[in-house]
Amino acid sequence: MAERNEWVSHIESFVDTSRTSSQQASSLNAIASLLKNDVITIEALVREMEMYLTTTDNIIRARGIILLAELLALLTTKALDDATVHSLIAFFTERLADWKALRGALVGCLALLRRKANAGVITRSDARDLCFELLECLLERYPDAVVPLGDDLVYGICEAVDGEKDPQCLMLTFHIIEILAKLFPDPCGPVANFAGDLFDILGCYFPIHFTHAKGEDVDIKRDSLSMALMQAFSSTPLFEPFAVPLLLEKLSSSLPLAKVDSLKYLSHCSLKYGPDRMAKHAGAIWSSLKDVICTSIQEPSLPLAPESLDGPSFHINEIVAEALALLQRVNAQNDGLYLNYIFGDEDINMVISTINNFRSSIVISLQSKQTLFSVGCILSVSAKCSNPSCNKVIERYLPILMDNLGLSTENSSAGSSPASRLALCKSLNFGALFLCIELLIACRDLAVGSNSVSSQETWFSMLWGFSSSMTKAFSSALLASITEDAQDADIVLMVKGLQVLATFPGGFLLISKSIYEEILMALLAIITNGFNRKTLWGIALKALVSIASYTDEYHETEKATIYTHVVVEKLVSLMSLEECNMPVQLRLEATVGIGLSGTNYMLRVIQGLEEAIFSLLAEVHGNLKSADALVHLLECYSNQVIPWVNAIGGLDEIPLRFSVNYWSYMESINFSMAVQERKLLNAATMAMKLAIAICSVESQKIIIQKAYGVLSAISYFHLNEPTSLTIPLEVQGFQPTQSMENVTCKDEWLISSFASVIIAARPTTNILHLRAAVNLFMIAFLNGHVQAAQALGSLINKMHLGRDINDCSLDEVMDLVFNSSLWGSLSEEYLRSGEVGNSSEMDISKLCLDSMNDRLVRTHVISGLSWIGKGLLMRGHEKVKNVIMILLRCLLSNGKPGTSSLQQSLSQDSEQDLLLKRSVADAFHTLLSDSDVCLNRKFHATVKPLYKQRFFNTIIPILLSLLNNSYSSTTRLMIYRAFGHVVSDTPLVAVMSEAKKLLPMLLEGLSMLSEDFHSKDIIYNLLLVLSGILTDKTGQEAALENVHTTINCLTRLISYPHMMLVRETAIQCIAAMSELKHARIYPMRLQISQALSKALDDPKRDVRREAVRCRQAWASIASRSLYS
Amino acid sequence: MTLGLINANPVVHAKKERIARSEDVHPADDAVDPLEIYDILLSLYLFSLSILDCSFLSVLSEESITVDEKLGRILITFTPTIQHCSMATVIGLCLRVKLKDCFPPHFKVDIKVSPGSHANEESGNWKLEPSFFSIHVASLSPPTILLNDKERVAAALENPNLRQLVDECIYSNEL
Repeated sequence: MAERNEWVSHIESFVDTSRTSSQQASSLNAIASLLKNDVITIEALVREMEMYLTTTDNIIRARGIILLAELLALLTTKALDDATVHSLIAFFTERLADWKALRGALVGCLALLRRKANAGVITRSDARDLCFELLECLLERYPDAVVPLGDDLVYGICEAVDGEKDPQCLMLTFHIIEILAKLFPDPCGPVANFAGDLFDILGCYFPIHFTHAKGEDVDIKRDSLSMALMQAFSSTPLFEPFAVPLLLEKLSSSLPLAKVDSLKYLSHCSLKYGPDRMAKHAGAIWSSLKDVICTSIQEPSLPLAPESLDGPSFHINEIVAEALALLQRVNAQNDGLYLNYIFGDEDINMVISTINNFRSSIVISLQSKQTLFSVGCILSVSAKCSNPSCNKVIERYLPILMDNLGLSTENSSAGSSPASRLALCKSLNFGALFLCIELLIACRDLAVGSNSVSSQETWFSMLWGFSSSMTKAFSSALLASITEDAQDADIVLMVKGLQVLATFPGGFLLISKSIYEEILMALLAIITNGFNRKTLWGIALKALVSIASYTDEYHETEKATIYTHVVVEKLVSLMSLEECNMPVQLRLEATVGIGLSGTNYMLRVIQGLEEAIFSLLAEVHGNLKSADALVHLLECYSNQVIPWVNAIGGLDEIPLRFSVNYWSYMESINFSMAVQERKLLNAATMAMKLAIAICSVESQKIIIQKAYGVLSAISYFHLNEPTSLTIPLEVQGFQPTQSMENVTCKDEWLISSFASVIIAARPTTNILHLRAAVNLFMIAFLNGHVQAAQALGSLINKMHLGRDINDCSLDEVMDLVFNSSLWGSLSEEYLRSGEVGNSSEMDISKLCLDSMNDRLVRTHVISGLSWIGKGLLMRGHEKVKNVIMILLRCLLSNGKPGTSSLQQSLSQDSEQDLLLKRSVADAFHTLLSDSDVCLNRKFHATVKPLYKQRFFNTIIPILLSLLNNSYSSTTRLMIYRAFGHVVSDTPLVAVMSEAKKLLPMLLEGLSMLSEDFHSKDIIYNLLLVLSGILTDKTGQEAALENVHTTINCLTRLISYPHMMLVRETAIQCIAAMSELKHARIYPMRLQISQALSKALDDPKRDVRREAVRCRQAWASIASRSLYS
Repeated sequence: MTLGLINANPVVHAKKERIARSEDVHPADDAVDPLEIYDILLSLYLFSLSILDCSFLSVLSEESITVDEKLGRILITFTPTIQHCSMATVIGLCLRVKLKDCFPPHFKVDIKVSPGSHANEESGNWKLEPSFFSIHVASLSPPTILLNDKERVAAALENPNLRQLVDECIYSNEL
């Protein structure tokens, strides 16, 4: 590498500033000749020089860059490839920003520009790009050097910029003109001389409109280009005589884009050009603005939705929004001028003077509505502008409008009798009402924006004068509208008016406390009495909610106190009221809706809700109506309150209080009257489960303690009986052959509630008296109590591996569960009743298979077992194998062994057998699916990652081999059922990796299951898996191998009678198959077309639509082969 | 493609807001209704390689379709894009082929040209542009006669040029 050392030393000598210039020149030439002769390449050189080019030492970096640049200058004829040239361009242009090494960068750029053709030149757009960048850099960094050039410079730039079309270059040119204008601000300077020419060039680009296709020039967006042009337009006031007329002209164009851009530019330019220059255009701007606003404003399609309360009463599109922004800006700049135009405007005056024509919102035409809306916009924007202009607008218009509405400052007797209320309601003029509300909103916005309300302003004192009569008029009109017909548009406006008055900033400056109360009472009266009028009710609630959130947000404590007193207390008192006309759902919606708008309100609401729940709970027995209401209250607690408490955080005492109260009530309530309301029980336990789940560990301990205290009331629950689980069942009053119906109602409530506590407990919460709890749950579980089994599953799932506070380990609990003598005693129970028997082996599967006669209990036990299995499976415990083995043995059992089967009629036996097996197959669904009621993240379950995938990979081969070995059609059907559950509950990715192996089985399963009416959901789920396979690439390969079977199976399912979704999905699958390799699927065309023609006559529209689509997809295979 | 020459610059109408089907509470069966037929026919591309589907040209509307599900009859009245449009037959053929594909055979389809919209609506001298393609069977009949005669439709579709044209109208959006 002698050579390398040689040229590296040349580089060093060039960079070293202590060498003489002749030494440097000779090193330069030496490297250049090496490059020319291909001894070294540019790339190698650059790589070697990396340190010199990027060092932070300014002098060495400058020398390094100059070396590279000078070398390039010597190599103008040397061939370089495009990539090298481009990276050099990128390097030198980037270096242009490095002013300490600028010389090198400039020399380098020049060298690049001067490269000879055919030796790798920079392309034309690159060149222009580079030139503009050079120019930009010069103007920006060396203004002193370029300013003396004067006219020549400006003229040159005009020449250079003219006709540029490349977006990248345009960005630069716009910026260059902007800098240029800033360099020569002199009104007699060079830019002033060429202002017309310069603007001619710029003006052609307005409005920026991209015509070429998407994909090109992705790095430059229309918006950024338009922004750059706007900066150039507004760069100097010298452009004003040219720019404003152009923009006004384009404003009248029909292209929406041009309108929006013109308005934006005008707004920006008027800021930069200053009020003096803009004043002479004021008239033209005003009339154009008025036109744009009038023509572009639209009425909303749905003016009645409660959402319209917060937004404007009309639809504001981008054009109107920009126009209003511009009006506000020019108004702020020169308010007297524009206000004069507005006051003098004939159209506006016409609307005001003929406001009586706008009496009803229904009768007036769309066009006059538009006019009215635009006048409203214009007045509100002008009023919002500043205090002086607000004064003028209010002074001029408010008295006229108030007069028209029949309101005066002294008027306080309006609405005293119903008849006069109604008259008032009818007499309110829509047009005047609308304008009045718009002005009111504008005043509020002004007051909010200026942070302090000055009661000295004229507008304020005028509003203050009218506030009382406005409130009275609106509220009495609204109350009248509960019973009488009223226009929805009027209602929205009046509610809006009340809302604005109630949320006017500055405490009780504008409205007194009594008026505030009056407003709240009026709205509340609508809530309590007007629930039959949906629109009115919704809008009133919305207004109340926004008043509440206003007081909360702006810390208006006085208003908040009144609000709590008037509204919240009243609504809370309604909740527990049984004899209330208002439906309980609406009561809850209103109360919780208001509660959600502020923490203090919500705390009060929660308290009220709890009181209502417990007072209803105490008197619920046998009363169906209150049971129904209670279910609603509990659901509301679960769905609204608990998520809120959880989101706010730090409110542990709320769920704790609820749960403790719950248990206290459990203790005190006399359940002698059986409530067979399963719905109520479920709602209650769910609410408690959720409440406990968000409690802290300490609170959970307290609740568990409390629960044990109450549980001791159950006769067969013994806290102090540590391990003895051999309690004879008779003694317990349990009859295993009977289902839960015979368990007393109170016991069922208690067990379910206790199960809920355990289900929701955190893993770190120690559960006292664990053995006793397990014992209790085992008894309940073997009696078919599913929640007890869920609790056992949760317990096993969350237990630590070590020993806990009870000196009880997981293994021990497992032993308790699986080897419990309870299983045995249960069997003995059967033995004694002389049913069947082999008492020597008393394991669970025996129990399931042999002993239990009662199908209800049997299936309950199986489903309970699956919950225990789920707990084990989710934590990845190996004992899950035991559960699976039991399930599989039940699945394969061939009826009952022994003689007992002979005693039973064959049909009954097979039916029971089928039921048992079905419940076994469905157990796989429980094992794998995500549950809402327990064993999920919400209830702190231990979840091993990818447990579903693992289980899938283990169980599928087993199921496959079972299928191969079983011949009974029922057994096969049930194995397929289990298989269907496993496949559809496992994530699709895992299934996909096995697609090839699974597909034949899946198809056979589909065919088998389609015979069974009970399997329609499974078929649907399997079809979804199949469609996933068919749209995946690896899956498609598998499908190609089974194309005949797949199509046969799917065409059969097209006429599946039991479920529409199955037919639809089957057709979708067939459509997806049209994407497979044509050679393979082409022969199937006829079969498919025949099958589809049946589907075209399907009773369901969705199926027919899919059939048409699918037919198209398959027909286009044919046409594709025809025309391609 | 000669198609474009017939009406190279059709009047494009603003796309109308679709009539929403009123949501009935899960009826046992969904009867065939005009909206469903309209949905199906919408996807016809009458000007090949054009982005404009039927709805832009006001050829059809929901109101111009009537269905009698019990009798199994569908009546479609369409409006050709221009008065002397010889495309009327092609449009009608497309409608018929499309409906044949998408509805079970027991439906009887009648296709009509809306009154006053076509110069040769009922007159006997209906002729297709000779330079365009020739259909000897249909050359002397007004479109309504051609379109509602099973034999003639079959004969017209045997003409490979015409068949290709119709197929393109039906499938062009998928190709």
